[in-house]
Amino acid sequence: MSSNVKPTRGAPVKSVNLHIGEIEPGVPKVDPIIVADHVTRSFGGLTAVDVAHVEIPRNAITALIGPNGAGKTTFFNLLTGFDKPDTGRWTFLGKSLAGIPSFRVARLGQVRTFQLTKALNLLSVLDNMKLGAKGQKGENMFVALLPWLWRKQEEANEAKAMELLGRFKLDTKAEDYAASLSGGQRKLLEMARALMSDPTLVMLDEPMAGVNPALTQSLLDHILDLKTQGMTVLFVEHDMQMVRHIADWVIVMAEGKIVAEGPPDAVMSNPAVIDAYLGSHHDQDLGVDPHAEETMHALKELLDDEPSS
Amino acid sequence: MVDFWQIIQNAAVELISPTTAAYALAALGLAIHFGYTGLLNFGQAGFMAIGAYGYAISTLTLGFPVWGAVLVGVGGSIIFALILGIPTLRLRADYLAIVTIAASEILRLIFTTNSLDAVTGSADGLSAYKGGFAALNPFPKGTYGFGPFTMNEYDLWVRVVGWTLVILGGLLAWQLMRSPWGRVIKGIREDEDAVRALGKNVYFYKMQSLIIGGVFGTLGGMIFIMPRAVVPANYATTLTFFIYTILLLGGAATILGPIVGSMIFWVLLSAVSGFVARAQAVGWFPGMSSVQAGQTRFIIVGVVLMLLVIFRPQGIFGNKKELAFVK
Amino acid sequence: MEVTGLTDRRWMRALMLLLVGMIAALTFVGGGAAHADEINTDKYDFSFSGFVRNDGDPLKGVLITVSGNGYSAQVKTDADGKWKIGVPEKGTYNITLDESTLPTGIIVAEGGNSVDVEIDKVNNKVYNFFLGQGVRETTSFLDQFIQRAFTGLSFGLLLALAAIGLSLIFGTTGLSNFAHAEMVTFGALATLTLAVDLAWPLWIALVGALLLSGMFGWGLDAAIWKPLRRKGVGLIPMMIVSIGLSLALRYIYQYIYGGSTRQLPGADGVDLKFGAISLSPLDLLSMAISIVVLIAVAFFLLRTRIGKATRAVSDNPSLAAASGIDVDRVIRIVWVIGGALAGLSGILFAFYRPGVSWDMGFQILLLIFAAVTLGGLGTAFGALVGSLVVGFFIEISTLWIPSDMKYVGALAILILVLLVRPQGILGRKERIG
Repeated sequence: MSSNVKPTRGAPVKSVNLHIGEIEPGVPKVDPIIVADHVTRSFGGLTAVDVAHVEIPRNAITALIGPNGAGKTTFFNLLTGFDKPDTGRWTFLGKSLAGIPSFRVARLGQVRTFQLTKALNLLSVLDNMKLGAKGQKGENMFVALLPWLWRKQEEANEAKAMELLGRFKLDTKAEDYAASLSGGQRKLLEMARALMSDPTLVMLDEPMAGVNPALTQSLLDHILDLKTQGMTVLFVEHDMQMVRHIADWVIVMAEGKIVAEGPPDAVMSNPAVIDAYLGSHHDQDLGVDPHAEETMHALKELLDDEPSS
Repeated sequence: MVDFWQIIQNAAVELISPTTAAYALAALGLAIHFGYTGLLNFGQAGFMAIGAYGYAISTLTLGFPVWGAVLVGVGGSIIFALILGIPTLRLRADYLAIVTIAASEILRLIFTTNSLDAVTGSADGLSAYKGGFAALNPFPKGTYGFGPFTMNEYDLWVRVVGWTLVILGGLLAWQLMRSPWGRVIKGIREDEDAVRALGKNVYFYKMQSLIIGGVFGTLGGMIFIMPRAVVPANYATTLTFFIYTILLLGGAATILGPIVGSMIFWVLLSAVSGFVARAQAVGWFPGMSSVQAGQTRFIIVGVVLMLLVIFRPQGIFGNKKELAFVK
Repeated sequence: MEVTGLTDRRWMRALMLLLVGMIAALTFVGGGAAHADEINTDKYDFSFSGFVRNDGDPLKGVLITVSGNGYSAQVKTDADGKWKIGVPEKGTYNITLDESTLPTGIIVAEGGNSVDVEIDKVNNKVYNFFLGQGVRETTSFLDQFIQRAFTGLSFGLLLALAAIGLSLIFGTTGLSNFAHAEMVTFGALATLTLAVDLAWPLWIALVGALLLSGMFGWGLDAAIWKPLRRKGVGLIPMMIVSIGLSLALRYIYQYIYGGSTRQLPGADGVDLKFGAISLSPLDLLSMAISIVVLIAVAFFLLRTRIGKATRAVSDNPSLAAASGIDVDRVIRIVWVIGGALAGLSGILFAFYRPGVSWDMGFQILLLIFAAVTLGGLGTAFGALVGSLVVGFFIEISTLWIPSDMKYVGALAILILVLLVRPQGILGRKERIG
């Protein structure tokens, strides 16, 4: 990975002509990285995900949007092996991922972050980063006892981590516990940590949730930067402004189904999308919403978004 | 008059006693499980029982040499860890707690039942397995040490072996925890999904941790039976809770904590119960019988355990920031 | 939870089953292998002994079992027909002679092959069975099965009382309360104090003990758990606090009440015969009380406002709080109910064993936990189902395995169920992420 790529400012370069044929839900892509078919998942009678067919374009930024309870996070969990679908199959770079455990999915180069940031608060920022590196010899229990076998690799990982931290402006915090970072900084750390493994596809679950406005621009730049470096990005987001700004392609989910997809501007004016957002579900009872608790957590995190020390 | 000098001397003996070493090893194993990996193992007594019975049965019934008996114990604890881990390590932390506590009780009941009396000695337990170990003793017959630490050659041999194991175990755990392996383990303690998302086989690491900590417990169980007999009643869940108290006293996510914690625990326990017993005998506690005086130690341990968790959860050596507890 | 390759998981299950099978095999091979003619006599101060002779001839290899007060041991007679079994404490024990180990055509002629004998004044109590010619009235397997099933049901119901309390507390506060065992013991000890030491009439004593048990639950919450929740102490630290509390309380009980087992009044009744099964009126009463109380609890949870609030708090505390439910009040009520149910369970257990002792609750703590886990953590009705399974299984399993290993089967079942159905029998699968 090149070290001197600086976050770009100004209007991002959009990737165009990603699809083949008429734009409609499930439209085939010129160069898909993920192809999913008939993926369904229900929780006690409530269908959370029911995706007939979807393709995610390679080397582009795709946004997955939809109202609360649309099944976006569940779909994320299914694609990354964190949850098992009731039916369906999907491929990543042509390799079938159904039934593959989450850690193998990550090893294949499909790395994700979480809606509720999972920075490891009790480890230092640097240790968080080092944990992200792939293929570490010292992670074998027996080799771990013989430091001379892994010392060199550890130093290389540390150098790489420091360089990434520099780009994310976290290098001065390297020795601090991750707990001492602000909510936004933790999001940055989680993203930087994911990059330690040189992923092909980066999946970000609400990267902007709970991020202090001062950090928003820098985060956006980092996401755009991933594309410049040849990675593919799939992210879940609520903030339409942001989606319009950086996404090359938008997929809209409602009630577990894909209701629309296309380039951002076209999607935003689609009546199906407006219906999904303002339709019968905007006053949905919290009690049956499987995401209600998450939403509350997210809300709390939002309130806590102050440096804790 | 209460003989304080005698109380202090008796307490000092516990500082380097084989029992202290055995508990230190078992607590070190629990530090790997609970302190570093966040595994709620409530069956450390079971791992110790496997060490004790594995050694004694393979010596007495199968006629194994010392090394063979040790291997049987260690092998047994690895199998036990697999039995516990396979169904539960994928589930929430509290399932492991329930399964481990149940499994260690199953072991104790199997070792206690009359049906297996010929092999286990049932409630009476086993003795007379120490010959092989004593025969390896390089120290000539005689009296060693000074003051309260005066002992014969066998006692010296048990202490040397016990504390050597504690030191080696401590070094091993220390090296593991500062390695990339330890980093993964500590990550799992906090959030296993995050670690999984980074491409680590969390289940595999938890299993390794369970096995290593269990083997530590098993070795502790073997040291524990060298100065005494194997009696099933010793391996009740109370044993596990005592080890938790030691671990939390020293600091759960530390290497030195469990070792020094064991020393402090036994010295203090001996001093306090020695004092209560003697003070009761001279009538300082009217209304307390000598039996009741003996029971106060358990009440004290229980209260200390509660107070420790509430007011100093990081223990003596722990770092407040790197608090050992998982949410 | 993560997804693993199917083959991988199958392999693991096979390994697990193999290992569990090995344990089971070990258990069965061991059946009836007691050789010594004396057991635990050097370990304990008290003992039972006797001679088994037929017409003056000593009988060798006759299996004698002594059980009671949570203790059980068995021994075979030696060449002189002698046997001796040590017991840990004074009290009433059941002595059983296994008639299938007598020569053909010989039975226990008088008094039956199973008797209750009390050891009080002397350290060694002699009991001799009177044998004679006769045809043995063997209880058919089916009859034994029915008898055990009824005993198991009775035990399961009393376990359920404690398990539902534990489950409600777990559901509303997330606490795995190890000190629940001491709440069970508390009910029995309170009854003992009121009915025996203060010589109150039994019914008043029982009501008093239940009130005290409920207050005890309230007191524990007010003094310990509520302040800890306020302090923001995590669930696992709280669980360890409950372990410390359990240890301290248990030995405080022993400090006050001593180590012996004492009987509640009315513990000795004449058995009623219903065909093949014999039940004491107390057993029936105990089952009736359990069922009535369990129905009342179900009514409370399903029909009353506060019961519905309790379930809401169990489902999602923050949401419940947000929708105006006074979570603290719900938790307080749950502790009072949990305390009273545990106390009732303890009283019934004292009649079931029979006897009251300082660690009686701790003896069944694991079974209560097993019941709650089997049913599905935090679901009250799951706890009921789990308890019945555990109680039933414990008693039925004694048809095949030695009675001093009956808890082994129940705990092994727990591990097996978790293997195939991790969320418990009635539990819901959790949503991840």
